[in-house]
Amino acid sequence: MDYFIELLFSGLTRGSIYALIALGYTMVYGIIGLINFAHGEIYMIGAFTAFIVATVLSIYGFPLLAIVIIAGLAAVVWASSYGYTVEKIAYKPLRHAPRLSPLISAIGMSIFLQNYVLLSQTSDFLPFPALIPDFAFMEPVAHIVGSTDLAILVTTVVVMLILTLLIKFSKLGKAMRATSQDRTMATLVGINVNRVISATFIVGSSLAAIGGLLIASHIGQINFYIGFLAGIKAFTAAVLGGIGSIPGAVLGSLILGLTESFATGYVTSDYEDVFAFTLLVLILIFKPSGLLGKAANQKV
Amino acid sequence: MLELVEVQSGYGNKLAIKGISLEVKEGEIITLIGANGAGKSTTLMTICGVTPCRSGKILFQDREIQGLPADEIVRLGICQVPEGRHIFPQLTVKENLDMGAFLRTDREGVKRDMDYIFTLFPILAERRYQDGGNLSGGEQQMLAMSRALMARPRMLLLDEPSMGLAPLVIRQIFEIIRQINEESNTTIFLVEQNANQALHIADRGYVMENGRITLAGAAGELLDNKDIQKAYLGI
Repeated sequence: MDYFIELLFSGLTRGSIYALIALGYTMVYGIIGLINFAHGEIYMIGAFTAFIVATVLSIYGFPLLAIVIIAGLAAVVWASSYGYTVEKIAYKPLRHAPRLSPLISAIGMSIFLQNYVLLSQTSDFLPFPALIPDFAFMEPVAHIVGSTDLAILVTTVVVMLILTLLIKFSKLGKAMRATSQDRTMATLVGINVNRVISATFIVGSSLAAIGGLLIASHIGQINFYIGFLAGIKAFTAAVLGGIGSIPGAVLGSLILGLTESFATGYVTSDYEDVFAFTLLVLILIFKPSGLLGKAANQKV
Repeated sequence: MLELVEVQSGYGNKLAIKGISLEVKEGEIITLIGANGAGKSTTLMTICGVTPCRSGKILFQDREIQGLPADEIVRLGICQVPEGRHIFPQLTVKENLDMGAFLRTDREGVKRDMDYIFTLFPILAERRYQDGGNLSGGEQQMLAMSRALMARPRMLLLDEPSMGLAPLVIRQIFEIIRQINEESNTTIFLVEQNANQALHIADRGYVMENGRITLAGAAGELLDNKDIQKAYLGI
């Protein structure tokens, strides 16, 4: 039973991280219909920023809590400025181009950012400092659920709640929903669509950066390539849940995380990715638009 | 109030409007009639800044507005109810109306206007928490017009408000258009294929063919015009 709970929590942790990244994919897709392949790289840049800031601050002997907060903020600001810039440089000029063009541009951006970090930083794995301490109150269950797992879960839940409130009630959130449902009409009621698109990239990048910080301190090492696999997995999760749907991205991520965790725990860890993608194929066969994907319900 | 001078516009390398000039005076209802593909909707989209104006001038209250971004044009007081209504399908009726008031900052006024709209269209009040996509065609048209009114436009551009609606609902919609024009002195630019109804509520009309204005005049004159009767009124 302990083993089951352990796998459950490790699955939820994984799923949370996937969700933080998948939301960026799904929100951008919802608004401009583009798979932003550079999104995984934004997550990687978030992790690197957190790494650099945390390392510097720990040299100066800052307390752990301060390090977490400052490194987190730095990662969010830096990664979202990258996300914002990528959109302005690589996607905005192609807004009216055929759909394939921005997609190619996105792949190009992804390769560019990987190599940029490779050249400007290093190709080695870097040891990421343990930013999340072992909580004393977790000691009795520490052999099943680690403190990092708990921290990741709690952070993710809080971030999701904030995001939900933002999208449901704020003016920006309503503008985002309106733009994703009907861009021409959004323009006609006076929404500055370019600004909404930029804001979407900033929000998505911030979430990815938080994910980057959390996973890096969980796994304990980073390199320039971590964005690729995480990006593919999160993208899979977004498609699984129905790309364009925000609750879908969260649901898909949790299902993917749990599947991987249980498959690794009970079957074999060699085929972790095989299970993930088999699941994707199976779900898409029976629900081609994903679990919560939109089947257009508008009367004409 | 609004003046188009030799405006050209189109998509790709094809011109959909080939140099049209027209004028709308404050408080008027004018109508632009013509067959499918004549360039009527493009004319409205060009005024709103969605389809770029290739050449010519668009003046609103003596100010050139061609080339302004679409949201700036809305801010000046020009609102469009596009063809096909374009309700935000997954926003509730109330949220759709909120979107209409997107640029307004006077919360009190917005609330008052919404209450007014709910008395004008009780059915929308009843369905205010339903998704816009679930309304019937006539209800969606009412919602689309209400959404535009929430912006307190000085000029309302209506693109085929009667499209796909039952005759009884069409009469109701035209009655509302007249009411909007009279009560709040909103200038109305009405694009219609239903030439008969449109000319009956309009002050003046323009006829468009193949991207050009071919005829203009008082609505009554156009109604009596033999060519128009044959081509658009089916008499």
